[in-house]
Amino acid sequence: MNVFYSVCLVLVILSMLGLLYRVWKGPSVPDRLVALDAVGVMLISAIALFSILFDTPFFIDAILLIAIMSFIGTVSFSKFIERGEIIERGPNR
Amino acid sequence: MDLIADILIVLLVTVGIIFTIVTVIGILRLPDVYTRAHAASKSATLGVMSLLLGVFLHFWWNEGHFSVALLLGIVFLFITSPIGGHLMTRAAYMSGVKPTELTVADDLKEAVIELRIESDKNTPDDE
Repeated sequence: MNVFYSVCLVLVILSMLGLLYRVWKGPSVPDRLVALDAVGVMLISAIALFSILFDTPFFIDAILLIAIMSFIGTVSFSKFIERGEIIERGPNR
Repeated sequence: MDLIADILIVLLVTVGIIFTIVTVIGILRLPDVYTRAHAASKSATLGVMSLLLGVFLHFWWNEGHFSVALLLGIVFLFITSPIGGHLMTRAAYMSGVKPTELTVADDLKEAVIELRIESDKNTPDDE
């Protein structure tokens, strides 16, 4: 059983390497953003497999944390690409 | 009963890994950013949800630990990952990334041009 989860972990890490190739090569900035968002998702699956392999449920909180942080990073960075600023000024300031 | 539980868990984790690999193949091989975001946001979400469901069932049935954080994580990923994909592709379109040359129709272009004209009319120029 442990061998199965180890093989899955190796496959997830190889997929992260493939995504990092896209981050390195991607012709435009949104390409790199898409690939980095997918890297966050792969990191979540890697941590889930690690928590099975180490036989402890204490890593699971990190999954939720990484999901929230990755979403905030994606939203703020795509807003920066689109508008040029992340937190916009109000009209009467 | 234990065997059926193990088979179900292994099946869910395998589906998750297969969709993960499909994500990477899509990201590496598809021609432009929109198709890549299409591959990444859909199949990565389904893959990680299936894998997390397998891990949740593993901790529930084999260890007797009902983890609410994992269920919350699955729901959160299901809600936020398509929104992230939408925002990224919209940012790519607005910042002027060209779609691939195989593209036939671009209905969004006229709408964006109309929107730009409208917003230019509404904002004063003396800023």
